[in-house]
Amino acid sequence: MENQYAIEMLHITKKFPGIIANDDVTIQLKKGEIHALLGENGAGKSTLMSVLFGLYQAEEGIIKKDGKEVQIKDPNDANALGIGMVHQHFKLVECFTVLDNIIMGVEPNKFGFLQKKEAREKVLELSEKYGLHIDPDAYIEDITVGMQQRTEILKMLYRENEILIFDEPTAVLTPQEIEELMQIMKNLAKEGKSILFISHKLNEIKAVADRCSVLRKGKYIGTVDTKDTTIEELSAMMVGHNVNLHVQKEESTPGEVILDIENMTVASKMHKNNAVKNVSLKVHRGEVVCIAGIDGNGQTEFVYGLTGLEPLVNGKITLCGEDITKAPIRKRLLSGMSHIPEDRHKHGLVLDYPLDYNCVLQRYFEPEFTDKFGFLRKANIRKYAEKLIEQYDVRSGQGPITMARSMSGGNQQKAIVAREIDKNPELLIAVQPTRGLDVGAIEYIHKQIVAQRDAGKAVLLVSLELEEVMDVSDRILVMYEGEIVGELNPKTTTEDELGLYMAGAKRDEVKA
Amino acid sequence: MTKKILRNEAFQSLFASLICIVLGVLIGYIVLLFINPTGAGEAIMEVLKNFLHYSKTNLQIKNFGNTLVKTAPLLMCSLSILFAYKVGLFNIGAAGQYCVGICASIYCAVALGLGWLPCLIIAAVCGALYGAIVGLLKSYCNVNEVISGIMLNWIALYTTNMILNTVKESTSPYTFHLNTHGEQAMLPGLGMDKIFAGNQYVTLALPLAVLTAVLIYVVLEKTKFGYELKATGYNKNAAKYCGMAEKRNIIVTLMISGAIAALGASFMYLTDYEQWSCTSSAVPAMGFNGIAAAFLGGLNPIGTIFSSYFIQHITNGGAYVDKTVYCSQISDLISAIIIYLCGFVFFIKYTMNNILDKQEEKQALKAKEAAETQEGGDK
Ligand SMILES: Nc1ncnc2c1ncn2[C@@H]1O[C@H](COP(=O)(O)OP(=O)(O)OP(=O)(O)O)[C@@H](O)[C@H]1O
Ligand SMILES: [Mg+2]
Repeated sequence: MENQYAIEMLHITKKFPGIIANDDVTIQLKKGEIHALLGENGAGKSTLMSVLFGLYQAEEGIIKKDGKEVQIKDPNDANALGIGMVHQHFKLVECFTVLDNIIMGVEPNKFGFLQKKEAREKVLELSEKYGLHIDPDAYIEDITVGMQQRTEILKMLYRENEILIFDEPTAVLTPQEIEELMQIMKNLAKEGKSILFISHKLNEIKAVADRCSVLRKGKYIGTVDTKDTTIEELSAMMVGHNVNLHVQKEESTPGEVILDIENMTVASKMHKNNAVKNVSLKVHRGEVVCIAGIDGNGQTEFVYGLTGLEPLVNGKITLCGEDITKAPIRKRLLSGMSHIPEDRHKHGLVLDYPLDYNCVLQRYFEPEFTDKFGFLRKANIRKYAEKLIEQYDVRSGQGPITMARSMSGGNQQKAIVAREIDKNPELLIAVQPTRGLDVGAIEYIHKQIVAQRDAGKAVLLVSLELEEVMDVSDRILVMYEGEIVGELNPKTTTEDELGLYMAGAKRDEVKA
Repeated sequence: MTKKILRNEAFQSLFASLICIVLGVLIGYIVLLFINPTGAGEAIMEVLKNFLHYSKTNLQIKNFGNTLVKTAPLLMCSLSILFAYKVGLFNIGAAGQYCVGICASIYCAVALGLGWLPCLIIAAVCGALYGAIVGLLKSYCNVNEVISGIMLNWIALYTTNMILNTVKESTSPYTFHLNTHGEQAMLPGLGMDKIFAGNQYVTLALPLAVLTAVLIYVVLEKTKFGYELKATGYNKNAAKYCGMAEKRNIIVTLMISGAIAALGASFMYLTDYEQWSCTSSAVPAMGFNGIAAAFLGGLNPIGTIFSSYFIQHITNGGAYVDKTVYCSQISDLISAIIIYLCGFVFFIKYTMNNILDKQEEKQALKAKEAAETQEGGDK
């Protein structure tokens, strides 16, 4: 009988200091199938895929390709076997162009001279064929994450890989981009490529995957056909109990104004126009206001302007009755602002600091953590970190002393969310707070956000996730091309109506 | 167990440093072999022996003292570079800041007749201000600190030549000896000359330099200030996000770095061990050797105490190479080769980890095979 598996990973065990990331895990990838990998944050999904891609060596277990055992010592070996990977945190060179990134390492050359023209043609052809729209000459630092994603995919296709690994490709994409990606993945599978796909979004898995393997705390739980399994069953398999996918919350009772933004205008780094134009809005005590919109419509710059990361061109910001328009960042944070940033690696964490140091990133100067002579109170820092770890279930190999860099993506996110919510702010600015979290963690974070609201705090949520927007918020403001184009009530509106506003097809005059 | 030791950070740093030293000596030896095979072994031994060249204990101790005298400024330079490096800045301008320190110390001592303490303080302030220029350019004009540092090195050199021209001997390009023209500014010996067989150049400078190393260690590892600085060095976006004044931190760091380098200069020139030549055409190598010492010390303030000593040891040892067999530049060449190799500490560490990884893999593979054959035998 002919071998039906493209890749088999048999009895893989991979240990890290203090943790067994993969414990006797076996998965088999059929030819031409889309195989999903599901598991809580820190369950070992990325690790397993990194073993397949040659970034880590497993202590035990074997890998077979087309039925034959293979040794994969580094990504070059993986490449030679036709295995490609899009990482959870992209690995692109920021100051290179899209084209350069795609051909890097396999540059076509004649006598050592680059033959870029050939490469460009091939890239454009691929991009055309799969509908992966890119601008080959744009620099990575200037393009949206969606385009970076497409660049990574083209990188795999350019190398003519047959086995494609996608590590949480949809966490950073907009719903529209996710649709497109799903279609692309289906097309690739139809062509006979085999795909491994990691996602926390169960409906995506239902929609594209043929089969789904589940990991829990490093152990293999089972593989199911997605056709015959419900979303509830999947989530129960993953966390071991039922998860409530919808937020339960009482009616909000807004109080006085906490945040008042008048005519805010912020310049854009990417184009000459202003990214945020004349935005005015108010957030009250005891309500969750959500800024919804398609990525790249000025939300990022809006938050930068509000938190002080970028200067305003124009406008006025008042926080708890205090004018903070020109205040430095530290001043804003001390006046009761908390900020869960969009990019956890760029802003949220010092990756080379241990977890406990990262937990006090916003508070290290408080008397609890620094004595009057300027010395750190390390014991207190450790204790505080342990409290957050416990409360928010932040999982890592060695607890507070784990380097942030070695933590799983979702757990890094949890640490940031924990730190920002625990500051007990007057105004919580949460940008994509649940990006990359598993369903259990999302449920918990949503509860915490609602708890903040119920405790009389103001919450400003920026999210691309329609479900989150509809579920958590009390009031939705839609941002389109840097302007607020509509104010909606999540109880009376529908996702379709919201979509129309987000696409710019509909707009109202909104008064703050 | 041995594996654990081999994987230990501190052990790896130490081990890598030692390997660098051995490699440097080996390559130095090979070079000597090429130039003149007869005296090579002897010459390299002389470099390593340094003050042990002498047979009398008395002379040995005295010359050991000389090495220590020059270790103090080198240690300060390497601390200057290390401190900035922790904050993500490569302060190649330390050489220029050292030069500014020389200028300030000698001018204050000879022309103004100030005591040693004011001399130290003024030198530190001048170094700090000179470092601040690099910091200001970096944080407000986004000028790379390496570029501005190198340019400022030259400016410092010629300014020093110009200013110290006013306090030089009329018959030579050298500045006045302090023991005739500025005795009040000479660093107190604290009676250490007695320990070092009457070497009057061994002074307060030595304990002060070691103290600075300890102080820097404490600041970086134990204080809020160090927490901020390192965070800025690792990820300046995150530092900005949490409201650290990254611009101010960059400037302050370079000021401290500059002050340390300039103090290093005082530690040398206020002992009267050396005079400045007003026709110098390059900044003293001290600032650059500091880079090697910082890396050889594994970028650890305490480690640099030892690496600075070692580098000074071979630099001094170079002087004992037989000048009838080799030309006089050979000593500099050999110490330069060894110092150069010292920069490879991190490369060696990296290679070491790679080898360990490979071995572990092999072992795992063997264990697996063994298990499999056993299974086969059972059947
Ligand atoms: N390089 C490393 N060094 C030490 N520990 C590591 C390293 N990489 C991963 N780990 C640990 O292994 C465990 C599994 O991590 P992994 O990244 O595979 O999780 P994951 O399933 O991808 O989670 P997420 O959904 O959050 O991305 C985590 O507890 C993590 O702390
Ligand atoms: Mg992961």
